[in-house]
Amino acid sequence: MTALGKDLIGLETLAPEQIRLLLDTAEPFKEVSERPIKKVPALRGKTIVNLFFEASTRTRISFEFAEKRLSADTVNVAATGSSVSKGETLVDTAKNLEAMRIDMVVIRHGASGAAQFLARRIASNVINAGDGKHEHPTQALLDLLTIRDKLGRIEGTKVCLVGDILHSRVARSNLWGLTKLGAQVAVCGPRTLLPRGIEELGVTVFRRIEDAIAWADVLNVLRLQLERMEAGFIPSLREYYRVFGVTAERLERAPKELLVMHPGPMNRGVEIDSRVADGAHSVILDQVTNGVAVRMAVLYLLAGGKPELADAAKRGAPD
Amino acid sequence: MTRTDRSVMMDARALARALQRMAVEVLELNHGTENLVLIGIQRRGVELAERLGKLIEKDEGVEVPRGAIDITLYRDDLATIGPKPVIGETHLPGDLTGKHAVIVDDVLYTGRTVRAALDELADFGRPRRISLCVLVDRGGRELPIQADIVGKQVKCGPGDRVDVLIEEVDGREEVSLVKGGGPGSGGTS
Repeated sequence: MTALGKDLIGLETLAPEQIRLLLDTAEPFKEVSERPIKKVPALRGKTIVNLFFEASTRTRISFEFAEKRLSADTVNVAATGSSVSKGETLVDTAKNLEAMRIDMVVIRHGASGAAQFLARRIASNVINAGDGKHEHPTQALLDLLTIRDKLGRIEGTKVCLVGDILHSRVARSNLWGLTKLGAQVAVCGPRTLLPRGIEELGVTVFRRIEDAIAWADVLNVLRLQLERMEAGFIPSLREYYRVFGVTAERLERAPKELLVMHPGPMNRGVEIDSRVADGAHSVILDQVTNGVAVRMAVLYLLAGGKPELADAAKRGAPD
Repeated sequence: MTRTDRSVMMDARALARALQRMAVEVLELNHGTENLVLIGIQRRGVELAERLGKLIEKDEGVEVPRGAIDITLYRDDLATIGPKPVIGETHLPGDLTGKHAVIVDDVLYTGRTVRAALDELADFGRPRRISLCVLVDRGGRELPIQADIVGKQVKCGPGDRVDVLIEEVDGREEVSLVKGGGPGSGGTS
């Protein structure tokens, strides 16, 4: 059995020990980024395509750094949303890339399930960098790593996801990862932005941000997408900030120390107060640093994850 | 199952004597402790480097800087054997430029680990000299690499295994040869 299999599509399908393996593997990769020469030859000769059908700065750059620091060769393909349609075209694009002999595809796509769809149809390793409202596994992994770094453990910690849970792939991946590793998970946000029946997953629901702050060890504040207001999910951004904004005043009343995380990009003054984003509670930039290490771990583990190679390893190939 | 036959090559006392001699040889090779850096290869090499460092400190009254490297990410066989998930820590005591770096490992076999270690060290500066110090040289090199300081030469074939057990990692001190035991833990070096 290989450590992870061919692809990383989401945390839903991973076992807790596979998630722990990813976090443990990320640990030594942090040091690589601190070296004078920030590069190791582990993936030398591998070709990786970053196929981004949706806008992304942080995730794409983070993947690119991870790839380059492992010595892989990278190509960025940024397809504009309008010119590329789903289905055949996506597969055609990937098939054409494969015909040029690539090893891995990192895909970001607006359609939920796009990564899985692609993974079934090409031989290259596929890594999901966010697909629609489905999952964003590497974001959740870097969130988990940051919690583990700061609090020393994940099991038993109280983590509250704040904001637009309904449309958030980050929330979905976090829910899977956190519950699999034994954290207590809560959500807090407007009723219109919470998935119906979420309590049935064992998730606590807070209607008031004050209650969430009183309970939590970690607040993971999600980005409120402006489109949600236009679509009538919330009355106004100001109203949202007033009711659900994570503000310095609200944090001051917290009974204990707590961490504030945000996957970025932030809307300062909407879901999060600038004083909080830049304040002592914030571990937002640690998350970004950890993102590179987590992605290096994912790439490294998948690169060796071809089944026939694992068999050779089992036979005890001499090294 | 092939028949295996284990014989002890070095007991705790023999191992201690070998390390004492190796520590002296390191000092001779370097003409003292100046610019000396001991770098252990994860994982037993790190402990052995620590021991050598302490022995030198006892004799010379000078603390020799120690480092540790994990060469996993510099291996040339990711495609053959797949990833090794548990990667040890790499930390070096500052820039190696101008230093005499002595690489310390438990077993020298194919030379591929040392080749990877040389590549990795090159990414941390340009040492004036790099030497190699191993507890056991079991022969069977696949690369033109040799050790400067050897604790014990062991003659064994490719089907045999050398096990180095040390207190800090294994809870006891012993070097043994396992005939027909396969390349095993100490055999990958």
